[in-house]
Amino acid sequence: MALEKQRFDTLILGAGGAGLNAALQLANADLKVAVVSKVFPTRSHTVAAQGGVNAALANVLPDNWHWHMFDTVKGSDYLGDQDAIEYMCREAIPTVYELEHNGVPFSRLSNGKIYQRAFGGQSQNFGGEQAVRTCAAADRTGHAILHTLYQQNIRAKTHFYDEYFAVDLIKDDEGVVLGALVLNIATGEPLLIESKTTLLATGGCGQVFRTTSNAHINTGDGMAMALRAGLPLMDMEFFQFHPTGIAGKGMLITEGVRGEGGYLINQDGDRFMEKYAPNAKDLASRDVVSRSIVTEVRDGHGCGPEADHVMLKVNHLSEDVIAKRLPGIRESARIFAGVDPVKEPIPVFPTAHYVMGGIPTDRFGRVMPTSEDNGAHLPGLYAAGECACASVHGANRLGGNSLLDILVFGRLAGHNIIDYVKDNGAHRPLNEAAVEQAMGRLQRWRTKGEGLTVSQLRNEFRKTMEDHAGVFRVEEMMAEGVEKVRQIREKLGDVRLTDHSSTFNTNRTEALELENMIDVGLSIAVSALHRKESRGAHSRPDYPKRNDAEWMKHTLYWNEGDKLDYKGVRVQPLTVERFPPQERVY
Amino acid sequence: MKFSVYRYNPELDNDPYMQDFEIEPRQGMMLRDALLVIREQDESFTFRHSCGEGVCGSDGVNVNGSNKLACITPLTELKEPIVVRPFPGRPVIRDLVVDMSRFYAQYKQVDPWLIRKEPMPEREILQLPEERDRLDGLYECIMCGCCSTSCPSFWWNPDKFLGPQALLSACRFLADSRDQAAEERLDKLEGPYKLFRCHTIMNCVEACPKELNPTKAIGHIKAIMLKDAI
Repeated sequence: MALEKQRFDTLILGAGGAGLNAALQLANADLKVAVVSKVFPTRSHTVAAQGGVNAALANVLPDNWHWHMFDTVKGSDYLGDQDAIEYMCREAIPTVYELEHNGVPFSRLSNGKIYQRAFGGQSQNFGGEQAVRTCAAADRTGHAILHTLYQQNIRAKTHFYDEYFAVDLIKDDEGVVLGALVLNIATGEPLLIESKTTLLATGGCGQVFRTTSNAHINTGDGMAMALRAGLPLMDMEFFQFHPTGIAGKGMLITEGVRGEGGYLINQDGDRFMEKYAPNAKDLASRDVVSRSIVTEVRDGHGCGPEADHVMLKVNHLSEDVIAKRLPGIRESARIFAGVDPVKEPIPVFPTAHYVMGGIPTDRFGRVMPTSEDNGAHLPGLYAAGECACASVHGANRLGGNSLLDILVFGRLAGHNIIDYVKDNGAHRPLNEAAVEQAMGRLQRWRTKGEGLTVSQLRNEFRKTMEDHAGVFRVEEMMAEGVEKVRQIREKLGDVRLTDHSSTFNTNRTEALELENMIDVGLSIAVSALHRKESRGAHSRPDYPKRNDAEWMKHTLYWNEGDKLDYKGVRVQPLTVERFPPQERVY
Repeated sequence: MKFSVYRYNPELDNDPYMQDFEIEPRQGMMLRDALLVIREQDESFTFRHSCGEGVCGSDGVNVNGSNKLACITPLTELKEPIVVRPFPGRPVIRDLVVDMSRFYAQYKQVDPWLIRKEPMPEREILQLPEERDRLDGLYECIMCGCCSTSCPSFWWNPDKFLGPQALLSACRFLADSRDQAAEERLDKLEGPYKLFRCHTIMNCVEACPKELNPTKAIGHIKAIMLKDAI
């Protein structure tokens, strides 16, 4: 049977905040845009973002984008590109207003303006008093934003391919991306989508770790597609462990809890963050708080019968504040930890949460294929959101900057695509050989017989990543991890599906996801092994100091031969003075 | 723990059937965790799920006769044998996976987006906290479908009655002080079926995993219509 083909001006892979905000700009400009998502759009993981989105609106306390920029550069442990960070912090303000105009039900202040709360790593006046910068819709900000963006895309008549799984990018011999092969999950039929421009907006990869705040769908599909297309991933060693996941389970308890006045205690009831971050305390940067919790537990100060977690105390706040500002958290704590935070503290421990690294892009969302910093980019290919690395988070992302990143760069990628399509109006000829190659990825899983199951190898892989690439990393542990993940990659050949039907075959999509996760997991393990310093979320007891002389540079990883290369940090902002590296204390 | 699970693969089975499974419960286990354990026993067993914390709305199923979100339903709340079926009244694609396209189409029919006729201000549109409070209980819907697929009016007239989810969404925009299309929204809901087919059976309220109240929202829309008519 002939392969079905469809043509669009733009193909967007992923329907989270980045994909939908890009789609909205494009559909409003009357471009023919297709959004492919492996789940119905409002199931995308943006929906789970809780605390809010940063923008220096100054609705509560004085603020400006320049202070926001300083905090982001410092939070990145000076690995973020300062031109991209300046751009993001300036664009934050119109981006949030546009979202509000589109209907996002933000919480409100008594004067009718958007409610803002304090979050970690925020300051006034370049490191001074705590700032109040995070725009929130109670503790359901991601839900409010994702649903609004979906609603506006319905209005704008964006064409959605719901429950289609992206298999691989299709490239021509010059390396230009021509679209993607996708799979209709319900029928098992492949479909070729040809496009003049393609935006990867496939989100994160937290499922590579066993304990994670991330959803089942966060398997790094777009990052793995980029690797298979011969593109690098940047700064993959920087993986954020959120300080407050529900202990033993991993579901997120927003930093907004601490922003509203909650704090952490150990088994003695001590407010231990005072020791590790005397000024910012519980609102220090996430990497700092996560390390402090793990250190407390390792030193025997943990709570519970196994002394394996700490407690997040909220019950000194009024029931009214909790009901109004943190209703979702109260619900989660009751369901998953069996405690009502109005009465008792919540047991918490760090949980794998967010990848700072990703597909390298410039600040226009264009994918950069090499380690040369000469502006070279792949024409027509864009990436935005958690799968991309602009790089605005560097070695550690600040809370509230993730929604910001996806919304700003999704919107901006949309605008840049509109300009690109004006000048490049024609589809390029299809490369049949590349289509065959992508089809081969599906063909491989038709092999029948005895073998490992997908879940067996997935469990082994996720445990390995957790054991060997977690909060603290030493040489031998990581080298062993790399070796193990390589062996797991070999074992993929022994995995067989037990289900070979066409209709809604989740055994097959999970096998494709496992391939993606292993490729992405290896990029994390290999990049981490080679960075011999401690910076942001990458914490090495054997190299405890940041080493700017040798390591103030981005890692690039290619999967062919696990090759690494490096490129410099862009320290020159667009219009202001650069922020030179300083010792990072909170 | 004993489970009886609905199975149907249109490529292999002439008719759906119930299959028994037994699993070892762990402390704090949710229904979704149990379904995942069953899936490890039989990788062909198919259901939708994603976030695992009750916000994405993927894993609505019918368990012991009620529609629930599997990921936030503790096993301790369920009587054995635990009978798990797909949502009632929707065509089954496979096992617990149903075709929700009608449900999504009904949502789209209420123009579920903010409509503003005045030019936008430079900054945010102002909204007082008490105005914003009117959206509470309406905007939190996760579109899981537990309500609409438990509604007898929806089962009998899915082509004419919009169902509790879509009507809750309609109410969300009618309640928004920023929205400027109330009249058009109400006009679209006129007639004997779209809105008025709700007979206040209140299965939707029972089923909603987010503790929202679509029946109340529907009553609220009816009240506005009545007031406008006078």
